[in-house]
Amino acid sequence: MIAIVDYGVGNLFSLRSSFKAIGADAVFTSDEKIIRSAEKILLPGVGAFEDAANKLRNTGLGEVVVSEVKNGKPLLGICLGMQLLFEKSYEFGCHNGLGLIPGNIVSFEGKIEPSLKIPEIGWNELRLNKDSQLYKGFSGGEFVYFVHSYFADCDNKYVSAFSEYDIEFPASVEYENVFGCQFHPEKSGKAGLRILENFCKAGELL
Amino acid sequence: MITKRIIPCLDVKDGRVVKGVNFKSLADVNDPVGLASYYSDNGADELVFYDITASAEGRQLFTDILQKVASTVFIPLTVGGGINTVSDFDRVLKSGADKVSVNSGAIRNPELIREAARLYGSQCVVISADVKRVDGVFRVFSKGGREQTDLEAIEWIKRCVDMGAGEVVLNSIDTDGVKKGFDIEMLEKVCDAVNVPVIASGGAGCVADFIDLFKKVPRVDAGLAASIFHFGEVAIPDLKAELKQNDIKVRI
Repeated sequence: MIAIVDYGVGNLFSLRSSFKAIGADAVFTSDEKIIRSAEKILLPGVGAFEDAANKLRNTGLGEVVVSEVKNGKPLLGICLGMQLLFEKSYEFGCHNGLGLIPGNIVSFEGKIEPSLKIPEIGWNELRLNKDSQLYKGFSGGEFVYFVHSYFADCDNKYVSAFSEYDIEFPASVEYENVFGCQFHPEKSGKAGLRILENFCKAGELL
Repeated sequence: MITKRIIPCLDVKDGRVVKGVNFKSLADVNDPVGLASYYSDNGADELVFYDITASAEGRQLFTDILQKVASTVFIPLTVGGGINTVSDFDRVLKSGADKVSVNSGAIRNPELIREAARLYGSQCVVISADVKRVDGVFRVFSKGGREQTDLEAIEWIKRCVDMGAGEVVLNSIDTDGVKKGFDIEMLEKVCDAVNVPVIASGGAGCVADFIDLFKKVPRVDAGLAASIFHFGEVAIPDLKAELKQNDIKVRI
């Protein structure tokens, strides 16, 4: 069973439908016991970093997720859920994340051609950077759907796939049992469903 | 790099797609759920649903359909029509919409944009504007293009983006239904004025119109159309293949 952490941010309708479509056993929960008993954890998130980080802290769910991950449980963070896996975010100030992957979250602002729009909204291409269980069956060049103004600034060794928005940025990251997608697999058509399916199947080899 | 998006628009009235759909391959061409998954399987990058029902009963039907579509189609969904309050946003977002498009509701109460952006984030607030040239001025029309307002379009759209709208759908009443191409002049002005994605609507008649659009207005992000897709005059996979041949980046 996959525990999708419900900490009060974002719209979970599409994630619920996606897991139903691939026939996975997933529950939305804010119950510590269920998260601890799940085989895998999914951390969703839409909105502002600070607000989400505060909610994870105040509900105590952030601590639960971190301790489970440190015990080896696979975790997938999506969009803001991915950004929360890092040490710090510079979105409107400087805020601490869960610190599961070394690196920080920074804005596109000032780093890309000024005529490009921020947020990046739309379909962008994957360039695979390492052999990842999330991309089993992928050959690179698949399109996934992004909505974001910030991205992870981290060592290339944590990047499982890049995308390009004037500069190359991590489309997804992976560090031991921690996975993260900056894009929305639940909105990325068949490629996205495949990624969620791969996450469901991943683990035996971890 | 990010691709240009091709977006079919479905007008739904009392639970059925209207504006003539003519697909031989579909058993029930007026079924929004079947049509949505047909488009999703055939290259659409996103879908827009307009709820043009007036009755509460029709609205409930629409919500049910939206839930069905959102459970089976895994590409972004934008919903518009009858969005007047934050609770309308709430209703469609909870039924699976990713973005909500406001038009007359924002003209009546511009604060709706600010409030919705604060509650749900700019990424899901879309300002849809119906615009027509009146005595040389781009005027915003409300109520589905029936009622002229005092608003000048470029100023209005800028104001909406400043208040938190994260995307613009520009529908030119002048070119809508004429099928002689998108309103390049109007789109250029809007793209110069705002730094959020702009979706072109109104006027697409053939593949060449889309090539023209993306070549002449490189900053435009997406092309939206209804009848040419519904009637099968333009098949999205063919359209995308042609765009690609013309060095326009698309998702294939």
